[in-house]
Amino acid sequence: MLTRILLTVCTLWLPTWALAERTVTDSAGRTVTLPDRVERVYAAGPPASILTYMVAPDTLTGWPRAHHAYERPFISPEYVDLPITGRLTGRGSTANLELVLASKPDLILDFGSIRSTYVSLAEETQAQTGIPYLLIDGRFENTAAALRLMGDILGVPERGERLARYAETLFAEIDAVLATLPEEARPSVYLARGPEGLETGVKGSINTEIIERVGGRNIADYGEKIAMQRNLINMSMEEILASDPDIILTWDRQFFDRVFRDPLWADVRAVKERRVYFAPSAPFGWIDRPPSINRLMGLKWLTGLLYPEHFQFDLKEAVREYYQLFYHVDVAEADLNQLVSWSTPQ
Amino acid sequence: MVNSSVTQPQRWGWVLGLSLTLIGLMIFAAGIGAYPVSQSEILAHLWQRGLGASVSPQLDRVLFEIRFPRVLASAIVGAVLAAAGCAYQGLFRNPLVSPDILGVSTGAGLGAALGILLSLSIAAIQILAFIGGLATVALVYAVASLVRHREATLVLVLAGVVIGSLAGATLSLIKVLADPYDQLPAITFWLLGSFASIRVADVTAVLPAVMVSLIPMILLRWRMNVLSLGDEEARALGVHPGRLRGVLVIAATLMTAAAVSIAGVIGWVGLIIPHMARLLVGPNFARLLPVAMLMGACFLVLIDTLARSLTATETPIGILTAFFGAPVFLVLLARSRRGWQ
Repeated sequence: MLTRILLTVCTLWLPTWALAERTVTDSAGRTVTLPDRVERVYAAGPPASILTYMVAPDTLTGWPRAHHAYERPFISPEYVDLPITGRLTGRGSTANLELVLASKPDLILDFGSIRSTYVSLAEETQAQTGIPYLLIDGRFENTAAALRLMGDILGVPERGERLARYAETLFAEIDAVLATLPEEARPSVYLARGPEGLETGVKGSINTEIIERVGGRNIADYGEKIAMQRNLINMSMEEILASDPDIILTWDRQFFDRVFRDPLWADVRAVKERRVYFAPSAPFGWIDRPPSINRLMGLKWLTGLLYPEHFQFDLKEAVREYYQLFYHVDVAEADLNQLVSWSTPQ
Repeated sequence: MVNSSVTQPQRWGWVLGLSLTLIGLMIFAAGIGAYPVSQSEILAHLWQRGLGASVSPQLDRVLFEIRFPRVLASAIVGAVLAAAGCAYQGLFRNPLVSPDILGVSTGAGLGAALGILLSLSIAAIQILAFIGGLATVALVYAVASLVRHREATLVLVLAGVVIGSLAGATLSLIKVLADPYDQLPAITFWLLGSFASIRVADVTAVLPAVMVSLIPMILLRWRMNVLSLGDEEARALGVHPGRLRGVLVIAATLMTAAAVSIAGVIGWVGLIIPHMARLLVGPNFARLLPVAMLMGACFLVLIDTLARSLTATETPIGILTAFFGAPVFLVLLARSRRGWQ
C-alpha cells in the first residue's frame, strides 16, 4: 500500500524528479553522477547483464551475446530476445560505441574484478560518451551490497533488498555449517576447465572464488602473488595426481563424459569416490561462467554436495525458487528435471 | 668455414656425443616432475617391474602414462621441428626461414581453434589441427604453382605470407566468436604450446607420420645439397628443382603438422637449432639432419623439464622456447653479419 502511495507521489512529482541528479560512489572509489531515474542500462559484459536482468530486467538494453538454444528456456521469454549489444570489457571489445550511444543508456554498468585496466576503461568511456559508467565489485563478499545498490539506482529498492536478503541468508547458512567443521574436515577441490580438464583457476582468482566461499581448499594454491597476475593456468596430470583432490568440479560436458572412463584420471580420489560434479550452465553457469550473481545457485548446490550431513535441502525446490526469484521464470517441469539431473551426482 | 676443418670421424663423433647427451637428458628429465617420487624410487620401481614383481599401479601410471610419454614426445617434437627447419632453410636457401614459413603452424592453430569453438573431442581437435596445417600449406603450394614466375621460391614464400596471414585473421575471428569464459582460454593455451596433456596415444599417433616423412629427407639428402646451390645449378646437375622441392615440402609439412597437432605451436626450435647444428658440422644436409634432430630433441627435452619445474605452475613451452631462442638467435645473427661483411 505504502508503495502505491509512494508511486503516486512520484508520478505527481515526475517533472522535477527527472531533472534531479545524485552521486554514487562505485567500488573503484569513483564518484559518478547519475540521473535520478535510470531507465536504460547498458551492460558492459555478461556479469553486468546478469546483475541488471536480475534486479530490473526492463532496464536492460541488451545481452552481450545471443543465447544458446539450451539456455533459452531458463530466461523469461519477455527478455530472451533483447538485442545483442556486445562486450565493452574483458579481452577485446566487441561493442560498437556508436551503437551503445544509439541505445540511449542512462548508465553503463560493469560488474566484476576491479582492476586499473577496467577503471581506466570506465573513465575513458565515460569521458567519450558522456554516459555515467559504474564499476561494481563482483566478488561474493560484495554480492548483497551490489544487489542493494542496483535496487536503489534502478528504482526498485524492495527488489534489491529481497535479493540481497536471499544472498545474506545463504551465506549465513554456509557459515553456520562451516563453523561446526574443523579445517581438516573440509575437502580439497579441483575446478577442471577445458576439454582436457587441465585448465583451472588459481586460488584467489574470481573464477574459483566459489570453492573458497563454500569452505573447500582449491588445490591450485600458489599464493596470492600468482592470483593477482594470472586467473587461469594449465595443470599437468602429475600435479593433479600429486595433490589428489577430494572433489572435482566441471561444467565441461566433454570432460565430464570422459573422466570416469579415462585411465589417467582413475587414480584420482575424486574419481574413485565418484565425487566429480557437473555444474549446469543454463541460463548462466552455476559455479562460474560468468562470475556474477548466477553463482548463488551453485553455491547452495555445492554446500549440499560438500557437506551432505550438515546441509540438507530439496534441490528441485531450491532450483525452482531461485530461478523464479532471480531469473523471472517459472521453469517448466521437464526443464527443471533436466537441471536437477545434470547437477545430481551420477 | 667451420665445416672445412671438421674431419669425417669428428662429424660422427658429434652424432654419437649428442645421442648420449639426449639419452642422459631424457633419463634426467624422467626423474623430474610434479608427482612426488624420487629418482631412486623410480629406479626401484622399474627394477621391480622388470622382475615382474607387483608394483604401485598409481606410480606405474604416472611414469608410463604421463611422464615417460611426455619426455618422449618432447624429444620427438624437438627432433621433428629441427628436421623440418633444416629442410625449409635448405629449400629456400635462406637461414631466416622457420618451419612455419608456409603457414603450417598457423593453419594447425586455426584447425585446433575451430575444434575448440565447436566443442569437439580432444582427438577431433588434434585431427583438425593436423588437417589445418596440411591444408594451409597445400593452398600455399597451389597458389604459388598458379603463378608462373622465374623466382619459384620467392613466389612460394610470398604465397605463404599471404595465406598465413589470412589463416591468422580467421583464427582471430574464431577467437572473437569463442566463449570468453572457457573456449578463449583453451585456444590461447593451445596456441602457446604445451606437453602437459601428452598421452601415449599422442606419441603413437604421430610416430608413423614422422617416420614416413623422414624417409624422403634421408633418401634425398645429397640432392638437397645440390638444391642449395640454386635452381640453375641444380638443373645443370640433373636435379629437377620443382619436383624435389615439392617432395621435401610435403615431408617437412607432414612432420611439422603432426608435431604441432599434439604439442601446440612451439616456435623457435625450427629456426635456431638448424643454425646451431650448422655451426657444429657445416651445411652438408646429410650430416646436418641427424645433428640438428638430436640437438632439437635435447633442446626441447630440457625446455620441457624447465616448463614443469621452473615455477609452481606449468609454464607454456612456447614462452620458454622464445625466451631461450631469441637471445641465441640474436647472437647468431650478429655473428653471421660479421661473416657477410
